Amino acid sequence: MALTGLEIYKLLPKTNCKECGQPTCLAFAMQLAAGKTSLEKCPHVSEQAKEALGAASAPPIALVKIGSGERVLAIGNETVLFRHDKRFEHPAGIAITVADNLPPEELASRVEAINRLCFDRVGQMHCVDLVFVENRSGEPATFAAAVKAVKEKTNLGIILGSENPDAVAAALGEVAAQRPLVYAATAANYEKMAALAKQHGVPLAVRGENLSDLADLVNKVVAMGAKELVLDTGAREVNQVLADQTQLRRQALKRFRPFGYPSIVFAIDPDPVRRVLEAAVPLAKYAGIIVLDTVDPAEILPLITLRLNIYTDPQKPIAVEPKIYEIGAVTPQSPVFVTTNFSLTYFCVAGDVEASRVPGYILTVDTDGTSVLTAWAAGKFTPEKIAAALNESGIADRVGHRKVIIPGGVAVLSGKLQELSGWEVLVGPRESAGIPAFLKQFWA
Amino acid sequence: MTVAIAKERWASRCLETVLGTGPRQVKVGGDATLPFLHFEGEIPNPPVVALEVFDAPPQEWPEFLTGAYEGVLSDPVAWAKRCQDYGADLVALRLTRTHPDGENASPEEAARVAAAVAEAVEVPLIVLGCGVEEKDAAVLPEVASALSGRNCLLGCATQENYKSIVAGCIANGHAVIASSPLDINLAKQLNILITEMNLEPNRIVIDPSIGALGYGIEYAYSIIERVRTGALMGDKMLSMPVILLVGQEVWKTKEAKTPDTAEWGEHKKRAILWEVTTAVSLIHAGGHIAVVRHPESLQYIKEHIAKMMQPQKY
Ligand code: B12
Ligand code: SF4
Repeated sequence: MALTGLEIYKLLPKTNCKECGQPTCLAFAMQLAAGKTSLEKCPHVSEQAKEALGAASAPPIALVKIGSGERVLAIGNETVLFRHDKRFEHPAGIAITVADNLPPEELASRVEAINRLCFDRVGQMHCVDLVFVENRSGEPATFAAAVKAVKEKTNLGIILGSENPDAVAAALGEVAAQRPLVYAATAANYEKMAALAKQHGVPLAVRGENLSDLADLVNKVVAMGAKELVLDTGAREVNQVLADQTQLRRQALKRFRPFGYPSIVFAIDPDPVRRVLEAAVPLAKYAGIIVLDTVDPAEILPLITLRLNIYTDPQKPIAVEPKIYEIGAVTPQSPVFVTTNFSLTYFCVAGDVEASRVPGYILTVDTDGTSVLTAWAAGKFTPEKIAAALNESGIADRVGHRKVIIPGGVAVLSGKLQELSGWEVLVGPRESAGIPAFLKQFWA
Repeated sequence: MTVAIAKERWASRCLETVLGTGPRQVKVGGDATLPFLHFEGEIPNPPVVALEVFDAPPQEWPEFLTGAYEGVLSDPVAWAKRCQDYGADLVALRLTRTHPDGENASPEEAARVAAAVAEAVEVPLIVLGCGVEEKDAAVLPEVASALSGRNCLLGCATQENYKSIVAGCIANGHAVIASSPLDINLAKQLNILITEMNLEPNRIVIDPSIGALGYGIEYAYSIIERVRTGALMGDKMLSMPVILLVGQEVWKTKEAKTPDTAEWGEHKKRAILWEVTTAVSLIHAGGHIAVVRHPESLQYIKEHIAKMMQPQKY
């Protein structure tokens, strides 16, 4: 139900005072309709207009923030069903469970293991985001102590996993300032939970038995003044999870208000592969937070990678600057590798050159951020372009030799490149993973 | 309050393709909705999973992958039977020996191997050439005639070499894999060219080209989603089932190759998760046939599909 510029204009003061930074109220209204400015920029707008405009300009799915400091997780604000329609905005948070009744040393080492679930993907660190502290003991004091211990060991956001309002109240006494997510308000406890969330200004998860039940409960907690919500439809079987997540997203985009919040799902299967799949499906389809009970990097790495892929902006390949990169303590004798400036490609090669422990130069050719074969097929990774890069980058001044290593996938370029550049061309392995072995054999 | 379930009214559905003959025949496609949304439309056939067989012992496979095929790596017939025993819905024979840079085996020789494998298994057979377009154009028609009447799936046909391959399929009653490089318009165009040769549209399976998890899967994911929504909206030239050549992408990745490390965890577990996660994500985008290599991957993917085929409670 977005309003048009003219409809918004009717609600503005029409004084053209310019304090919003726009020349006229009409211009401001147009910018607002296009989503290019925000209502707060106009200091004169009436309360009544604010309400009318606020509801209409609110995003279909609220933005919810969990945590404090550097590691705030922001989820929600999604606008599409398919990533190709625009993009998915806020990567789903991955939460790892910790039981509150673990002995203190085990709890500490579990949190340390969670902190280590960080992976370098295309030159950026990608980590799990949240610790889900589970009130398995049922005791408020045990829960509060565990939550405190977790807080001291990590700067990740915390989820307070307890349906007991006393336990949540005790834990909030320790970590309210960290803005944890309270999990969860249910039909049995929502009054107390909503009051706690409101009192401490923290986000609240709401769990229904099914979609209808959830919608009812959301209306009740909203009426009590809880604002930042996270939705749990109660589904735990992956086939039902997919359907429910699809419904939440579809209905939120159709502005069904009770579902206008990000969601939380649980991957609970004891088998690791099934568990990963229970997480992977909602990761691709619409979940805001996925909770898992594992600290095995072999399980988290595929999920983090899937998340990175699904949430990549389909309009922009991630590129690195086309230039000479030095890996390790290079000398004039170091090998020279050429590749493209697609981030994924560059970081594959850089990682493998590093793994070889032979310092080396990597020259990235500007291929508009496309991979080796894509660029080759599109005429962006040609002997001419590589020769020009060799001659113009200044690499010739940095090394004493004239040997360049090219990707095995474009071996066909070698003759022409040799002729054009005057450099001796060595055809490397097809996969950069073969670089360490290749250097042992061909680079004395 | 009762929440009304939001359902799309799709104008059309995917085509259904039948592969193989006899009791182990496989049907794919026919979906009237997006993957596994049973509340919205009929999903007559579950996605299926194939295991890959090579005509020569593969190089550079980790030991836990070759170990699954111990004793049969040099014998494609025995290997194919093992795949059937592992529960593969189909077997995908890859004719690597025909590659011109390698052994350059003749079309006749390739056809003999394919016929022997077909004879040995009851499940439908997929036959994949070496990937060199000219050579496949010579090999696959020969294979097609050696497998005449068995209703196999042959590929990959590209814009460069589809003519002879499609002619071989028409003459001998096979279906064809139409392969295009991650471009929905190119996929469509190739399907048009192939149907203009008078192959029925439901005898085509789309290979959109895929990347492994972490290596371009997002492009494949979105192309496949667009193919599926195109089919449901009534685009006949995007309605064919989609095949996912997962194994060939996954087993060359670093994640599937790197031995046990503290940062990345156990090698075998990680590699199988890589194959399973790649296949399952793309099945959820709209893939119908996943071709994988490890028998444990096969089991997990099939089990996941079985779970997803259970209807939802609304
Ligand atoms: C994702 C993808 C795309 C994406 C682009 C992604 C991007 N930013 O590059 C999109 C969808 C846009 C695309 C488009 C096209 N693509 Co494309 N694409 C792929 C896909 C699926 C994966 C590519 C990828 O990201 N690989 C991962 C990176 C890391 O691989 P890499 O760069 O090759 O690097 C590896 C090795 O080469 C090596 N290496 C790299 N550098 C170096 C350096 C040295 C010294 C050494 C030793 C090794 C080494 O190590 C790396 C890791 O193993 C492949 C198919 C596939 N599964 O591989 C097709 C593929 C590359 N595309 C192909 C084609 C034809 C195209 C198009 C031309 C199609 C078209 N006509 O529209 C267009 C071109 C677009 C354009 N005008 O720019 C073909 C190329 C065919 C060929 N062999 O020539 C492929 C192989 C698909 C196919 N089977 O037909 N594509
Ligand atoms: S600040 Fe408000 S009143 Fe002033 S010009 Fe802008 S919109 Fe109009």
